[in-house]
Amino acid sequence: MTENGDVTPLVKLEHVDKHFGALHVLRDINLTVSRGEVLVVIGPSGSGKSTLCRAMNRLETIDSGQIIFDGQPLPAEGKALARLRSEVGMVFQSFNLFAHKTIRENVTLGPVKVRKVAKDAADRRAMELLERVGIAAQADKYPAQLSGGQQQRVAIARALAMDPKMILFDEPTSALDPEMVQEVLDVMVGLARDGMTMVVVTHEMGFARKAANRVVFMADGQIVEENTPDEFFTNAQTDRARDFLSKILTH
Amino acid sequence: MDELITYGPELAQGFLENIKLALVGLVVSFILGTILVAMRVSPTPVLRAAGTAYVNVVRNTPLTLVLAFSALGLSDQLGLVFSDQPETNSFWLVGLGLGAYTAAFVCEALRAGINTVPMGQAEASRAIGLTFFQTLTMIILPQAFRAVIAPLGSVVIAMIKNTTVATAGGLLTDSAATMKIVFDTTGASIPIFLGVIAAFMVLILPIGYFTGWLSRKLAVVR
Repeated sequence: MTENGDVTPLVKLEHVDKHFGALHVLRDINLTVSRGEVLVVIGPSGSGKSTLCRAMNRLETIDSGQIIFDGQPLPAEGKALARLRSEVGMVFQSFNLFAHKTIRENVTLGPVKVRKVAKDAADRRAMELLERVGIAAQADKYPAQLSGGQQQRVAIARALAMDPKMILFDEPTSALDPEMVQEVLDVMVGLARDGMTMVVVTHEMGFARKAANRVVFMADGQIVEENTPDEFFTNAQTDRARDFLSKILTH
Repeated sequence: MDELITYGPELAQGFLENIKLALVGLVVSFILGTILVAMRVSPTPVLRAAGTAYVNVVRNTPLTLVLAFSALGLSDQLGLVFSDQPETNSFWLVGLGLGAYTAAFVCEALRAGINTVPMGQAEASRAIGLTFFQTLTMIILPQAFRAVIAPLGSVVIAMIKNTTVATAGGLLTDSAATMKIVFDTTGASIPIFLGVIAAFMVLILPIGYFTGWLSRKLAVVR
């Protein structure tokens, strides 16, 4: 996990708390993500796992505690926050490709407007990335013309185009038809192999087993258990985790 | 019918003026309306409040008052003068007044359009590091605009018809006087009315069809 010798964690959450009104969605979260690590966050719905993921690029603000990314506390707003976000890719459950732009434009927009990469260089890179996720032939189509699985792969290419230090995946396969889940997971497994730092909120236990370095189990806004995938799936330590696993792994 | 032929050219002159006013109003209202909607959705409370105040005041003020204010208040009292020629001066005052008034409606149409753009579009935009302003101008407004082309068409149509109250700002008084003279001297108002209605129909009907066609063509498919 620290092949490059840099042992400072890429992300560190310290005593993070957040409420949605009366609901205490994150309770005293302490968590680190190392460089190159693939961290899978699982847990029942409403456990706060998506909020945790979204807090890491400040799409959700937090009430107290702090989040340190690459040695710096997350900026609160403005240009500094935009710069941070450009270094943290995000893949959403509902893809969120820009509906009025072509696939190619979706991938080049960030590099051109944020990184100020020249248009033709950004185009070439976009085509490489689309090739990598298997969508190059659809580059001039609009998002609505693609299947969900294809859209999500474009969303991954869009995140990769920014050369992020980390990519957050917020339930990337939950909105997909079953037959399209695998094509997205394959791309993600490829990324994990290439050493991308990933935080993945998912219900895909197969992916967790195959690609995760560590599994975090959340319930009621708390991190209940953290372990390697093998240990977690075969020998969960807490009742909450065993109960959750028994419900999802029985069939 | 004779009356229409006799006085037609003079009225047509005035009608041309209406069209020019509408063009000025169109440009001013779309630019100002876009700025206003940006203020109304901005994260800065002061800007939001200012945008809201502008829309609420201007939208609820009768246009005749707005135009009278441009002529009497802005020009005569505050000394805003565009030209030494009184005609040209009042043309720009009325054009700007009309634009400033219509901008409130353009703003509200665009704001309705913004509400049709899913939250995820803005989140994805912010997530790749685009600033609020970039997100608004590159992602949100282009989609919002396409969603409300037809309502914006209605705003434009209303504005074109509103050019007929330009006399409130001291413009087109000659045409209005001509019309009154025609009515008083000939008593033949119906042909004149029909003629003017026909002229507006020719101008406005295509706008309705055009915006309908455009909104279908540019619709964002989700």
